[in-house]
Amino acid sequence: MGDVVLNSGDTAFILISSALVLLMTPGLAFFYGGMVRTKSVLNMMMMSMVTIGIVSILWVIYGFELAFGYKAESAWYGNFSLSGLGGVVDDFTNNGGVYPIPMLVFAAFQLMFAIITPALISGAIADRAKFVSWGVFVAIWSTVVYFPVAHWVFAFGNKVGDVVTGTGYLAGKGVQDFAGGTAVHINAGAAGLALAIVLGKRIGWRKDPMRPHSLPLVMLGAALLWFGWFGFNAGSALGANGIAGLAFLNTQVAAAAAVIGWLLVEKVRNGHATSLGGASGAVAGLVAITPACAFVAPWAAVVIGFIAGILCALAVSLKYKFGFDDSLDVVGVHLVGGIWGSLAIGFFGTSVVNSIGLDGLFYGGGTALLGKQALGVALVAGYSFIATLIIGYAIEKTIGFRITKDAEIEGIDLKEHAESAYEYASSSRGGANL
Amino acid sequence: MKLITAILKPFKLDEVKDALQAAGITGMTVSEASGFGRQKGHTEVYRGAEYTVDLVPKVRLEVLVDDADAAAIVDVIVKAAGTGSIGDGKVWTTPVDQVVRVRTGERGTDAI
Repeated sequence: MGDVVLNSGDTAFILISSALVLLMTPGLAFFYGGMVRTKSVLNMMMMSMVTIGIVSILWVIYGFELAFGYKAESAWYGNFSLSGLGGVVDDFTNNGGVYPIPMLVFAAFQLMFAIITPALISGAIADRAKFVSWGVFVAIWSTVVYFPVAHWVFAFGNKVGDVVTGTGYLAGKGVQDFAGGTAVHINAGAAGLALAIVLGKRIGWRKDPMRPHSLPLVMLGAALLWFGWFGFNAGSALGANGIAGLAFLNTQVAAAAAVIGWLLVEKVRNGHATSLGGASGAVAGLVAITPACAFVAPWAAVVIGFIAGILCALAVSLKYKFGFDDSLDVVGVHLVGGIWGSLAIGFFGTSVVNSIGLDGLFYGGGTALLGKQALGVALVAGYSFIATLIIGYAIEKTIGFRITKDAEIEGIDLKEHAESAYEYASSSRGGANL
Repeated sequence: MKLITAILKPFKLDEVKDALQAAGITGMTVSEASGFGRQKGHTEVYRGAEYTVDLVPKVRLEVLVDDADAAAIVDVIVKAAGTGSIGDGKVWTTPVDQVVRVRTGERGTDAI
């Protein structure tokens, strides 16, 4: 790549950030796993685990090319190629400009985003999805929804000289999404809403208690998510620089403020501040700051996080009002938090903190940026919701998406995985091939 | 002989156990139990959704005593277990036909 010299600091930082982002998916498995009942914790965690397996394979075969390949020069998708990533080993990252890190490091980093996005959806359909059907869904959804949407949002085009080709539609429109408020969180949240509608309510929803079986697991999951999120947001700077530092600090303070916001709502409304509320508040704040983390000042990150905590704490009750069983609140946290964070850039965005940033309403930029942000929100949410409904019903009508009534009552862990998470009685036999 | 069964608040177990030992009781059986009486259950809130939990955690304590000691031991338990609030539990006695110590084969009051 001509006179570009590899920057070992940047490269090391993005490698480590990639590992941090990967850790979020097992973290999500704990976060979700603790929230379901003892009879379905393993299935909940396995939906995340198998997503790591499926998406990683697809990414190498065609996923990265479909999202970030630029030869097709389309605003809507990357390149149709089964290259297996063998051809870019010697390339530097080129995404709207050349970065002094290897293309494969960028590919690894972006892979982790492609993994966690479908994994996030699984919370909407806890306790009741056929495991094989979930796997088929992940493969189709990634191909038809995530890879193209990642291109719309994250692909800034192949820059050679002054010519940039293949820029994604929303990136080209100037929609600001630093780390995935639209492509990851709104995308997963809208898909979660669609799948909750396709699969329907769990047996006994609103009648039987469906309390979280292990809040310490939820807290552990929230801790891993929070830790990994620094890689998610700061790593999106694609370099160890000031923008990464800004994103890092904003990530921290937004999550912290959201914890306080969510707990305040609970204390006022229910009389008690709960551990589930604290963990949920942290995630809501992290979601909301994701798109905005490199475009706003730290004081604004506090405001965005605090409002996210309040907003999402109120939003998780919507499912009872509208009657959809979004079991673990993918909509209330990721869709609502993602929309808020994406729109918040239109208010709090400022070029003072980031030279590629734009001024929002509060910085004299008028409503232009807010309008762009609304376009990004509407396009991603609309496409994801409709495409997921179609994919979901297609799976439901062909191989079936929901387990049988008996299996659901007895527990999906036993029926789908022939395992139970916790041993209560040691009266059993076997060990070899029975 | 009598079997005294007491349903207690879990955090009162240590006090009751100490009081019984002070009263000369040398053995007891304790198990975890759950249930409800007049206090009914309690309410838990998860992400704003309220759940009523009917069965409250309790401790079940069982002691074997001579007929002559039964009334006094019941009083010891009631005194040590009480907090004055609803949900303190219950104590009752049941007649016991036979008791055998497994190690020695002793029977009746010798086995207590």
